[in-house]
Amino acid sequence: MAAPYLIAIGGSAGGLQPVLTLLPELSADLNAAIIIVLHRQNHNASVLPELLAARTSWTVKEAAEKEPLESGTIYIAPADYHLLIETDHTLSLDDSEKVNFSRPSIDVTFSTAAMAYKSHMTAILLSGANADGVDGLMDVNDAGGITAVQDPTTAEVDYMPKQALEQVKIAHILTPQDMATFINSIAKV
Amino acid sequence: MGRNQINEQEVALLLNDVLERYGYDFTDYAPASINRRVNHLYQLDRFPSFAEFRYRIISDSVYALRFVEEITVNVTEMFRDPSFYHALRKEVLPILATYPSIRVWHAGCSTGEEVYSFAILLKEAGLLHKSIIYATDVNASVLEKGRKGIFRLSQMQQYSRNYMEAGGVEDFSSYYTANYEYAKFREELGEKIIFSPHNLVTDGSFNEFQLIICRNVLIYFNKQLQDRVLTLFCESLEQLGFLALGSKETLNFTRVAKKFKQIDSKEKIWRKVNL
Ligand SMILES: C[S@@+](CC[C@H](N)C(=O)[O-])C[C@H]1O[C@@H](n2cnc3c(N)ncnc32)[C@H](O)[C@@H]1O
Repeated sequence: MAAPYLIAIGGSAGGLQPVLTLLPELSADLNAAIIIVLHRQNHNASVLPELLAARTSWTVKEAAEKEPLESGTIYIAPADYHLLIETDHTLSLDDSEKVNFSRPSIDVTFSTAAMAYKSHMTAILLSGANADGVDGLMDVNDAGGITAVQDPTTAEVDYMPKQALEQVKIAHILTPQDMATFINSIAKV
Repeated sequence: MGRNQINEQEVALLLNDVLERYGYDFTDYAPASINRRVNHLYQLDRFPSFAEFRYRIISDSVYALRFVEEITVNVTEMFRDPSFYHALRKEVLPILATYPSIRVWHAGCSTGEEVYSFAILLKEAGLLHKSIIYATDVNASVLEKGRKGIFRLSQMQQYSRNYMEAGGVEDFSSYYTANYEYAKFREELGEKIIFSPHNLVTDGSFNEFQLIICRNVLIYFNKQLQDRVLTLFCESLEQLGFLALGSKETLNFTRVAKKFKQIDSKEKIWRKVNL
């Protein structure tokens, strides 16, 4: 079923751990799609969907271009492409220049998602050593969506969530243990 | 915060202007990506308002060309996705070798890195002398760079690694001469390449090929345009010819799917089989 709500999660160095923590606790029946953008080295990119699928009952797949976003599915941004959300709630890929030295860039996904889902989305920024995702969180805020960051004291690298807290009015600060409960509560059917 | 100062409707207006005035049709491109490009250019060139941006595009044909060149994404590299080139080498070239002459089309070739990579494969297989490679793009300035065959020296380490991963056994640096920051590729590699403008949206078929390579171009098109361009490719391929796409592109679920069969290695290479 087409997803009426979107949860977009972005992370860099140290971002995988909170994702692994939250996945097993997700309710099976949420009326939302989840997109995950993690910076990583090209060579271990393709194992990520498999790794995450082992942690959840949700369908996990690498995001494919033109694919419609469906509830109950987790889409992983493929390595070396930006992942964009179209206003008709389908996915696009683009191999344009890196943004914040990153491709996929969290900013690109968050900002295009904000345009497509407006107030019907939440963006969560995790641990990381650069500021990719901060501008994207601003766009989500401006469009009426909900913003959240990983509690910097729980982050392996706190630069990214700290930058977000400095530059953007963030609504929620979450520990990895709290994240699933948070998502379950906002995307409840 | 207004990082996106031009909205989707305004972008659509501009694309219409460019189509009506100059004949470049971007109206069937995937919107999210083109939106980003247009906004990026607007900020880069510091326009004070949308109206002035639009006026400049309408009234200044030189600027309009810049618009066309800047909204297309021209990122490319040599031997990008080495396993793809490995499959070309092992599974496609031996079949092409059986033809008396070989015609290849690189559609959306950008600055030519991909084309020179393929010319190296042909050369190593002893096929370059009987091949002709058409390299086309909508963006005239990238074609000019391709003709020169000069790329940044700083990239060569990466390209050399890619080349070896793709099964190359020669000394990669023997294919170019280094000069300051640039690497100029050997003349003989370029001799069989014809760089020329071709717009996949508006221009038709111009030859019959045994291999068409079009990588990371279709992702920028919407589904209808993808189908149209794939039909053009199908019509431009000989029976049993090959079609190669980018690593995130597919023929599955497209209009021409039934006419093709994917090769065994699971790379994004299909063979025209039906009828
Ligand atoms: C991302 S580059 C891909 C380059 C190369 N094929 C590769 O994969 O590395 C996309 C290229 O497609 C070209 N392109 C975009 N629209 C086109 C069109 N309508 N007709 C021909 N080329 C087009 C762009 O100018 C750009 O050079």
